[in-house]
Amino acid sequence: MTLPLFFFYVFAAITVAAAFMVISARNPVHAVLFLILTFVNAAGLFMLAGAEFLALLLIVVYVGAVAVLFLFVVMMLDVDFAELKSGLLAYAPVGMLVGGILFLELLLVAGSFVIAPDVVGAGGLPIDATVDNTRALGQVLYTRYVFLFQGAAAVLLVAMIGAIVLTLRHRPGIKRQSTASQLARKPSETVRNVKVKSGQGL
Amino acid sequence: MGLEIGLGHYLTVAAILFTLGVFGIFINRKNIIVILMSVELILLAVNLNLVAFSAHLADLQGQVFALMILTVAAAEAAIGLAILVIFYRNRGSIAVEDVNMMKG
Repeated sequence: MTLPLFFFYVFAAITVAAAFMVISARNPVHAVLFLILTFVNAAGLFMLAGAEFLALLLIVVYVGAVAVLFLFVVMMLDVDFAELKSGLLAYAPVGMLVGGILFLELLLVAGSFVIAPDVVGAGGLPIDATVDNTRALGQVLYTRYVFLFQGAAAVLLVAMIGAIVLTLRHRPGIKRQSTASQLARKPSETVRNVKVKSGQGL
Repeated sequence: MGLEIGLGHYLTVAAILFTLGVFGIFINRKNIIVILMSVELILLAVNLNLVAFSAHLADLQGQVFALMILTVAAAEAAIGLAILVIFYRNRGSIAVEDVNMMKG
């Protein structure tokens, strides 16, 4: 067994085991942590396939942002998760049925498909072994796929604005700073000269 | 199963991950957070397939596509969790069964 194959089996086994724990963990915090383990090991699989940039991106984006987002939401919401788990296995048979059929179909496809010989190497972007992966991706991402890249940026922008708009709430009756009205104050509106007669006061 | 990592290895792992994601949606019918995590697993399986084919066919397009899927997955998680937060604020629960407010 060669060393890459050995590492492939290690990463694959941990990925599958952690993914199973994600869907079966009783505590959602544990589920998120297992999700992180899944992504880190999937990054190892990406690395073995030669997609180094995507592997590191997976760690940065998923472990650094998405998983932390999940963890944040799980801990912020005060949910009775034991109650949510009560009907856990009610849908297991139908899930098993659908999942099993899907898995068999996928294995059937994966085991029996044949790549047409004229497809190999006929794609638009042959990988040049002399250029490293990150550089090769950057060279096409900013030239050939620049509109796709901008589209992805627009998707992220819409997601960011959407998340802010959805979760922002203005609670009435809370005293807060109003910068605009502070800046719009003029001395003529706020300061008043009062003529006070001597000896009388106001 | 030879001594080298083949396309079949990756496709098998991705198939198992995809199935686990679908199965997770079914057995966690009440918990939206775990359903969102299952969707992430499914997208990860798709990405794994794209990267495996990219390596096998020596074509960079698969990795560019995987990059776009990564973007969409991140946006989906952000929006999904934002909806979850406001739903919890309104109803005090995240059970899927309670999502019937829009039923006529």
